[in-house]
Amino acid sequence: MPAVKKRGSHNSVSAGELPGIAKCPTGVQGLDDILGGGLPRGRPTLVAGAAGCGKTLLAMEFIIRGIRQFGEPGAFMAFEEDEKELIQNVASLGFDLPALMRRKQLAVDYVRVERSEIQETGEYDLEGLFVRLNSMIEQVGAKRVVLDSLEALFAGLENEAILRAELRRLFRWLKDKGVTAIITGEQGSNQLTRHGLEEYVSDCVLFLDHRIHNQVGTRRLRVVKYRGSAHGTNEYPTMIDQHGLSVLPVTSLGLDYAVEKERISSGIPRLDTMLGGEGYYRGSSILVSGSAGTGKTSLAATFADAACRRGERCLFVAYEESPRQIVRNMASIGLNLGRWERKGLLAFRAARSTLYGLEQHLVSIHKAVEEFDPAVAVIDPITTMRSVGNEGEIQIMLTRVVDLLKRKGITGLFTSLSETGWSEHSDAGISSLMDTWILLRNVESGSERNRLLFILKSRGMSHSNQVREFVLTERGIQLTDLYTGQGKVLTGSARMIQEAQDKAQEIVERDKTAQRRRELEQAQRRLQAQVNDLMAQLELLEEERERLKQREKARTDADATDRECIARVCGAD
Amino acid sequence: MPTIPKAGGAKRRPKSISSERWNLRLYVAGQTPRSLAALANLRRICEAHMAGRYEIEVVDLIENPRLAAGDQIVAIPTLVRKLPPPLKKIIGDLANEDRVLVGLDLRKE
Repeated sequence: MPAVKKRGSHNSVSAGELPGIAKCPTGVQGLDDILGGGLPRGRPTLVAGAAGCGKTLLAMEFIIRGIRQFGEPGAFMAFEEDEKELIQNVASLGFDLPALMRRKQLAVDYVRVERSEIQETGEYDLEGLFVRLNSMIEQVGAKRVVLDSLEALFAGLENEAILRAELRRLFRWLKDKGVTAIITGEQGSNQLTRHGLEEYVSDCVLFLDHRIHNQVGTRRLRVVKYRGSAHGTNEYPTMIDQHGLSVLPVTSLGLDYAVEKERISSGIPRLDTMLGGEGYYRGSSILVSGSAGTGKTSLAATFADAACRRGERCLFVAYEESPRQIVRNMASIGLNLGRWERKGLLAFRAARSTLYGLEQHLVSIHKAVEEFDPAVAVIDPITTMRSVGNEGEIQIMLTRVVDLLKRKGITGLFTSLSETGWSEHSDAGISSLMDTWILLRNVESGSERNRLLFILKSRGMSHSNQVREFVLTERGIQLTDLYTGQGKVLTGSARMIQEAQDKAQEIVERDKTAQRRRELEQAQRRLQAQVNDLMAQLELLEEERERLKQREKARTDADATDRECIARVCGAD
Repeated sequence: MPTIPKAGGAKRRPKSISSERWNLRLYVAGQTPRSLAALANLRRICEAHMAGRYEIEVVDLIENPRLAAGDQIVAIPTLVRKLPPPLKKIIGDLANEDRVLVGLDLRKE
């Protein structure tokens, strides 16, 4: 067996694989994970399914990716579409068949069996088919072969006994050739294929399904059997888009992802403070739930903006608004998301939820994550999926999304629209998947509605138990303390009125004090003046008294002098 | 594949089937008993119904595998009526002469 050139990333054979079964990687996104590495090498595989479920595309991708990714030439024998149609059909997926044919890597042969043109006149065999197939294989050295679809032979040939014997011979011949083959077959009413092709292909059978539920189509793939190899047994969501088929494996999901200690900001400083002071854990899942108009998208956009400010890539999956509308609306709260988009840091993926089924949404998220490789992802809102799936299915899908993001260390923020009123219950199912659950709530009071923010839970951090008022301003989201004075909880203008009243009260109080102080000062000044006056009077009195004393003394002196003079004049004895 | 001239044969055939040229090609894969039987059966039928007006070309796909795609050959042996038009295919060892004649439009079913 030639060694497989390992060029793609999909061809890793999982551990625990039985030895002996060599694998031939298909290169189809996700399929090889389910098949434990690929199809059984050197053996035929049956791909069954109803019309339009993607059998031909799967087969064609097997051939083309074989050539491109694994260097294995291929041969495609078509019974239903001619060469020109095939080329046109896959050109939209970026597959250039003519170029591959010119390079002798691909051989295509259109086999047309028209019953009306053919008259059967006795014994025959299908050697002509063998010769043509062999000629193609030798022409390009094909390692991979597709027969799409052998059922056409049953329509074109009458003798079923010969046909069945020849098919048995064909599958043996293919095995002897050592080519890995895909044989497609139309779904039958009570068996896998209409003509029981599964009878001849016993090694590996894949079943593709395309069902309509609530007018939404969902593609699924199932491995019916895979002899000698472990394989996933679930139905795997499958999607066809501009890059071809992709299958979403779920088996690889587990609870063994690395956990981060690093914290990242929510974009709102006060919310970070509430979340143990540092914000969310990197790689955690955050659920923001709330009823209509509570500001979920604004909170999500703020988170996205913060990530882009740090230079990280953010994937924004929008199910209700168009990217342009989100960018415009968020400009009103001061977020310029457009510039991040232009810088390539922000990528929008927008789709109506009813556009396709849950699985396809899941696959498209998966692909977007693979392509864009974001550090942060926003999904807004997850509840819109209710239109395409029931609660249980949504939960399964979200589990897968959460697992995908966690495995890649991507911080995911999911918004959830709850029905009107208080509805912790409606999100209870999904909340267990989430590490942090923020609830936004409208409260109605004084003829207005205001927004409140609570952190219901946040694993692994001591988060605030406080309720904050959540205010959308033109400079972004502000968290404000609630008014909790005087035994009341008030929000919005009621809070502001109360605060204003309090302020006025305070001013009045302050004014009163000042006035009293002025009065007292005045009184004091008045008294002081009186004191001064009295002091002045006292001084006057003092002066008067002094003067009186002087005068008295002068008179006494004069009297004495007078008496001396008289005595001297009298010469008295 | 060369285009088949349509104008002449198709219209003339109902009137003068006996005067038409028959151009037949028998595809086989190797000298198997079945292909040898088919060739023998074909020669016999032609001699009986269109003596002197037929031409048989035998294509062995073992030698020329690429020729199989041109006439959309799947079953072996396959007899292709190239002329007169329209193109007809008869598969099998041609053992059932009645069915061969029906297939060649020499007899109505």
